Amino acid sequence: MALVLTEEQTMLRDMAKDFFTEQVPVTNLRKLRDEEDDLGYDKEVWQQIVELGFAGILIPEEHGGTGFGPMGLGIVMTEAGRTLAASPLYSTAVLGAGLIMAAGSEGQKNDLLPKIASGELLTALALEETNHHNPANVAMAAEKSGDGYKLSGEKKFVIDGHIADKLIVVARTSGAAGDTQGLSMFLVDADVKGVSVTRTHMVDSRNAAIVSLDGVEVSADDALGGIGAAYPELENVLDLGRACIAAEMLGGAEAVFDTTLEYLKERKQFGVIIGTFQALKHRAAEMFCEVEICRSVVLEALSALDERRNDVPAVTSLAKARVGEAARLITNEGVQMHGGIGMTDAVDMGLYLKRARVQAQMLGDSNFHRARYADLGGY
Amino acid sequence: MTALDTFREETRAWLQENCPESMRTPMPEREMPWGGRNAEYPNPDTKIWMDRMASRGWTAPEWPAEYGGGGLSKEENKVLQQELAAIKARPALTSFGLWMLGPALLEFASEEQKQKYIPEIIKGEIRWCQGYSEPGAGSDLAGLQTKCEDKGDHYLVNGQKVWTSYADKCDMIFCLVRTDTTVKHDGISFLLIDMDNEGVEARPIKLISGSSPFCETFLTDVKVPKENLVGELNKGWTIAKRLLEHERSMISGMGMGAGAASMGGMETVAKENFGTDGEKIADTGIRQAIAEHKMDQQAFGLTLKRASAEAKSGQGMGAASAMFKYYGTEVNKRRFELLLDVLGTQALGWEGEGFDSKELAVTRSWLRSKGNSIEGGTSEVQLNVIAKRVLGLPDA
Repeated sequence: MALVLTEEQTMLRDMAKDFFTEQVPVTNLRKLRDEEDDLGYDKEVWQQIVELGFAGILIPEEHGGTGFGPMGLGIVMTEAGRTLAASPLYSTAVLGAGLIMAAGSEGQKNDLLPKIASGELLTALALEETNHHNPANVAMAAEKSGDGYKLSGEKKFVIDGHIADKLIVVARTSGAAGDTQGLSMFLVDADVKGVSVTRTHMVDSRNAAIVSLDGVEVSADDALGGIGAAYPELENVLDLGRACIAAEMLGGAEAVFDTTLEYLKERKQFGVIIGTFQALKHRAAEMFCEVEICRSVVLEALSALDERRNDVPAVTSLAKARVGEAARLITNEGVQMHGGIGMTDAVDMGLYLKRARVQAQMLGDSNFHRARYADLGGY
Repeated sequence: MTALDTFREETRAWLQENCPESMRTPMPEREMPWGGRNAEYPNPDTKIWMDRMASRGWTAPEWPAEYGGGGLSKEENKVLQQELAAIKARPALTSFGLWMLGPALLEFASEEQKQKYIPEIIKGEIRWCQGYSEPGAGSDLAGLQTKCEDKGDHYLVNGQKVWTSYADKCDMIFCLVRTDTTVKHDGISFLLIDMDNEGVEARPIKLISGSSPFCETFLTDVKVPKENLVGELNKGWTIAKRLLEHERSMISGMGMGAGAASMGGMETVAKENFGTDGEKIADTGIRQAIAEHKMDQQAFGLTLKRASAEAKSGQGMGAASAMFKYYGTEVNKRRFELLLDVLGTQALGWEGEGFDSKELAVTRSWLRSKGNSIEGGTSEVQLNVIAKRVLGLPDA
């Protein structure tokens, strides 16, 4: 039960906090957006992230990582979330490393994990096909073709799809959309014939893409995990991803809360500081409660993952849903309490509001996770 | 074997020997062991259990042995509580003396007062009630007006208290009284008054739930011995605040009232009422609402746990503790609202035919739960406290 950080984790947090605050402030995201950057992330920043060991934070030392585990990863995600830092951390250090560690062969692990840790390989998970997250609802076909498979179909909301070197494509080798059986994962190089990637410009100015596969040939060696049996490992790593997005959302919610509280203490109307108004005080106190609740559920989800507990699915759904709702409240209140200036692009409130909306949708919204939590509870 | 293991073995053996069988069964409300001069014991085992536990000081396990307490360390008390839980033992004594007054006396009272009152509390001989609120002093507690005059060899008290829990059944009341009318917080004193005194009258208040756990208490020319003042004159507010902390933590942690547990849990009740689709509750709206509520409950439980882990790791009581009373009571109220949704018409009975006792208890508890966010500092006061103390937002 680790609801309190260890000394080592506290040091990691302080290091991450200093780094993101000083090196990757919100102005970094603004610059990428305003300059219509082709990559949508800053290569120099990514190099610094790699040097700090964050790209390989999940990866064990024998494969070139720093082996801090899910808690360490979540701590870094929270601090990245505070400054809206745009980087391939989620697509590569969370999902890519997570999936290869969970489902990869020894050969794949030896080959790919060191490359992720050293920053030379970027990955993206191509999973979603519909407007709402539903990992079993995959129709993309992987048809047997000689010794290998042929992939055809379209994936959307592929985070970091257009910058990835390797796509991890979830496709169906048997069964029908909705079945958990019959799903397989394939490692597909982004530059092979038949793959076309179209960057989608998202409301949060972060990276996502539509990925079309048209008869893409893959060999049996490109399969990540067992053919037709990918679902359990996929679901485990999706839980890691969910906890990490919740952690990142928490960071954003904390930043909005802190900034809004400062604003309440300095903005004057009717000749007084607006923080003296009880209507605003109570709402600020509500936001405080929500932030505290979020800290608890995020730490719980990350500890459950660290300890490989049986309640990982339930507590990650708890964290994703609960933090999603809190971030919705807090980012909306952030805009409202800033008044007219909150509606302008000049202050950061809008950036956090937009990011929270996208995060809420990633790997399942609150509705999805409440239903899953109920399923797991047997009702 | 460590000393703690030995303690566990001895405790287990003693409890096996001394806890009557009927005290290991669920406790009906009428058998609650409140103690006091006029206590009635519909089940005589209640008194036996209370006396045996009190003889070891285990009704107040961590209080000093010199006043009759158990003198146990935190670790020993934890063992005792675990062993009590293991045999499903009822509490030996439920008492505002134990929960609220005792800790304050131990901190603020004179040696004579401790020697007189603490042993009585531990043995359950005196039942205490709290005289804080007044008709004109609710959320603004420090605005209280009950007058206390120095008459040389005694104090003379005049005023009215309200929301005095079980005052009609209590022996003594600990009261906040005004000893200086020229200042607000610094004119309040903490006084102990015997309910048998001439001029003390308690009238039960009927609540919306139909029960009367609270009274109005009238104090008319009540003569109180001067040695009944606790702490210094005009310094009662400090004691009052400390006591409120005990009260708030008690209220937030209780998750009060008869819920769905006796019916097999809210999910089971919902399945019975709405039918199922496979394992799922067939009504998706209700299903989502239950999941949402259970998430809030789990998240709150984790926050309590985190705060206690932070305190143990030496980080002190974190900021999160300021939200416990507010959040806990609000979640509890939502729980009953949802439970009424789930039970439909079966939660709308008042008494008699057509409803079973569990359903009737839910209805009454739903009504009672409305008081959770009012008593011990309203939710609005709690939010003010957070805004001021934790967030540092300025006063108007």
